[in-house]
Amino acid sequence: MYILVSIAILVTMVLALVRALKGPTVYDRVLAVNMFGTKTAMLLAVIAYLYGRPDFLDLALAYALINLVGVLAVLEFFQNNHRDHAEYDND
Amino acid sequence: MTELLIDALSWLLMALGGGFVLIGGIGALRLPDFYTRIHAASLTDTMASILIFFGIILQAGFSLAALKLFAIMIFLLLTGPTASYALANAALQSGLRPEKPTVTSTGRDK
Repeated sequence: MYILVSIAILVTMVLALVRALKGPTVYDRVLAVNMFGTKTAMLLAVIAYLYGRPDFLDLALAYALINLVGVLAVLEFFQNNHRDHAEYDND
Repeated sequence: MTELLIDALSWLLMALGGGFVLIGGIGALRLPDFYTRIHAASLTDTMASILIFFGIILQAGFSLAALKLFAIMIFLLLTGPTASYALANAALQSGLRPEKPTVTSTGRDK
């Protein structure tokens, strides 16, 4: 059962990567990368029980912590960047 | 008997969670608009993580690993909607508007 769930999560990670490559706007890419990060934490938690090594849960916790900080930092960067250039191009 | 029941319940939860993850991934790829994609993507952050993590917690039983799994789940539940809100707010602030609704069956234009 673990292997089915991990395959589903892996397929979703591939779909998120496709959206990150295709995404028309930068926010689509950030959304896809955020989704990829949370799926990483979930995949690590499933793999910890697939291979019977619960140590992986610490890694999952670390990935979940890093992901939020990364997404918020990237968002803040793009928001401020857009505000600075708002008078030059408004797309 | 109880073992079998717990196993079946956890497998059911994990299968449902895997289905939600897959639906969310397909939705994030195929939906037409950014604001609809964020809806599909945040579905996998909340519902799917609740189902999958409760499925694994049932397998883990009363242990430190179950506590860690619960902590990861609570953390994902707190941060997923926060990140989705920040993303939608940033997109709206920067002037990205939702597409107008298109109803093709009644012949309304875009």
